[in-house]
Amino acid sequence: MANVSFLEAIRQAQFEELSRDDNVFLMGEDVRCNVFGTTTGFVEAFGKDRVRDTPISEAGFVGAAAGASMVGMRPIVDLTIATFAYPAMDQICSIVAKSRYLYGGQARLPLVLRMCMFYGNSNAAQHSDRPYPMFMGMPGLKIIVPSNPADMKGLLKSAIRDDNPVMSFEDGTLWSSKSTVPDDDDFLVPIGVADVKREGTDVSVIAVGGSVQYALAAAETMAKEGVSVEVVDPRTLVPLDTKTILNSVRKTGRAITVDPAHQSCSAASEISATIVESAFSDLKAPVLRVTTPDTHLPFSPHIEKPLYPSPERIVAAVRKVMDS
Amino acid sequence: MKKERLELFRRMVLIRRFESHAEACHAKGEIPGSLHTATGQEAEIVGSCMALRPDDYMVGNHRSHGHPIAKGASINPLMAELFGRSTGVCGGKGGSMHLSDFSVGSLGETSIVGSGVPVAVGAALGASLQGSDRVSLCFFGDGATNEGAFHEGMNLAAIWKLPVIFLCENNLYGVSTPAAEVISVKDIAERGAAYTMRSEIVDGQDVEAVFDVVGAAVSRARAGEGPTLVEAKTYRFAEHAANMGRVLLERGLELEEWLKRDPIELYRSKLIAGGTDADELIAIETEIDDEIVASLDFARNSPYPEQSEAFTDVFTEPVPTPAWLNVVENGDG
Repeated sequence: MANVSFLEAIRQAQFEELSRDDNVFLMGEDVRCNVFGTTTGFVEAFGKDRVRDTPISEAGFVGAAAGASMVGMRPIVDLTIATFAYPAMDQICSIVAKSRYLYGGQARLPLVLRMCMFYGNSNAAQHSDRPYPMFMGMPGLKIIVPSNPADMKGLLKSAIRDDNPVMSFEDGTLWSSKSTVPDDDDFLVPIGVADVKREGTDVSVIAVGGSVQYALAAAETMAKEGVSVEVVDPRTLVPLDTKTILNSVRKTGRAITVDPAHQSCSAASEISATIVESAFSDLKAPVLRVTTPDTHLPFSPHIEKPLYPSPERIVAAVRKVMDS
Repeated sequence: MKKERLELFRRMVLIRRFESHAEACHAKGEIPGSLHTATGQEAEIVGSCMALRPDDYMVGNHRSHGHPIAKGASINPLMAELFGRSTGVCGGKGGSMHLSDFSVGSLGETSIVGSGVPVAVGAALGASLQGSDRVSLCFFGDGATNEGAFHEGMNLAAIWKLPVIFLCENNLYGVSTPAAEVISVKDIAERGAAYTMRSEIVDGQDVEAVFDVVGAAVSRARAGEGPTLVEAKTYRFAEHAANMGRVLLERGLELEEWLKRDPIELYRSKLIAGGTDADELIAIETEIDDEIVASLDFARNSPYPEQSEAFTDVFTEPVPTPAWLNVVENGDG
């Protein structure tokens, strides 16, 4: 076990899988130069063919990854920033997500689309989206949103080994966070299994990506007030482990969903709806959402930072469900 | 060589007859959805595909029926797909715009214009990373060459020197819009220059000319000399799609002129002039008619997919079927 950062976890996952399987290769903009620190030493180890710099041509190289995956390769595409997926939207939605279905299972697309959610750091509206909810409405794409380095590594390795397309949404606010990660080359976190990050009995907080750390901080605060908060991290949004979420809510009778995405049709909204549909009779209070309001993200940090979920906003929501 | 020529003829006729029967069934309501025929374009389709090896890759488009037939697919699963049956090549999930048979090297017939271009490039990239000498053929229309995906795919293939044959089926119209009005160059082949890509123009009504031009491009691609853009000048005799309710394209004399250049009749004349017995060609056509009738029987007698099939092939594992949905066995209910 070593204490590693989120970025180092990504590097290790990619390095190990490139070493393990010759069909795995990495491509994207500036991957050779190691722009974010997730490809340190890769060109030396694997060569420029498998660590492939692309033009700024997202539709082109996402589509090329789809084609390569259909002939037996296992591409990892580094889209760098999540909003750069938008120029490739048709390739993601019409080709990557649908080819298996459209052709009745004849196609197999084992590819990973990696992207960082680059928010909370004054990069303004075009660089700051957390767009996984829009892809949750597109069947055929698995979606991982890890909240710590160990999950990041284990989920990314599972994604690379998965025979389906997987989108990896990597929360940039977690880049420097550290946790212990097993040294085992076959350390995998299964896709579709939620993790109870903290056990509790009074309120279930179901938190996504970077908001898990805030949920844990809020749980600590509330513990001092005698309120026991359970923190559930879905880890993957497609497939979504509704069983673990519902078991938690049935136990506590109260639920708050926390999601750094915009509120409308967020993962928080989908999880809330699932809870209300399936565990209504167990609820002692309305299900609350703590999300980012439906406005764009401004440049000025003074007005950007308060828009995201925070420990304070989660604490306020916990108090509210405890009072109702 | 004679055998090869007769096969070029046979595949063109097979596409023509397959589509004419499909149109009749579509008009009767037996085939649901939309139906885009390639009548008039058979020479560019067959000439290109016959220049490939069976294990080479191919990506097509919404005008999809001819591509798999030309690449050697069996027609029963193709016809059954048009009828939405479980025995269809895509299990009834794709239909007319997506007749893709992976067993003959197809990697999809994709109905968003231009979207297949990067995919074909990726297949060539995969082949090259695997050290194989397979090449990748991509069919797209004139309209696709205004799409970003086309230009991005062309650029990638050029910079990485990939074994791709970009085959532009220039049939002069995008639905009703004349290509000449919306494309910045006179010949689409000129667009290759922007990517320093070798480009060729070929008479798309002449099946042997297409076979030769694409064959040369395939040889270069296999030899590591990179991609070629081939513009086949052709014409679709029918509307953009069958049964659209009204005439979208007023073509007048233009259609009459092009009908004189029917690729099948042109080739029939050429073969007969070269010494082939006309009766031999008629025998091939009779055989094809029997094959089509058999495929219609196969399609009509095949079951519809079960409702549960709507939930398979989303992922490699099935997705859950909702409890409210009655699962109807062989559901035509």
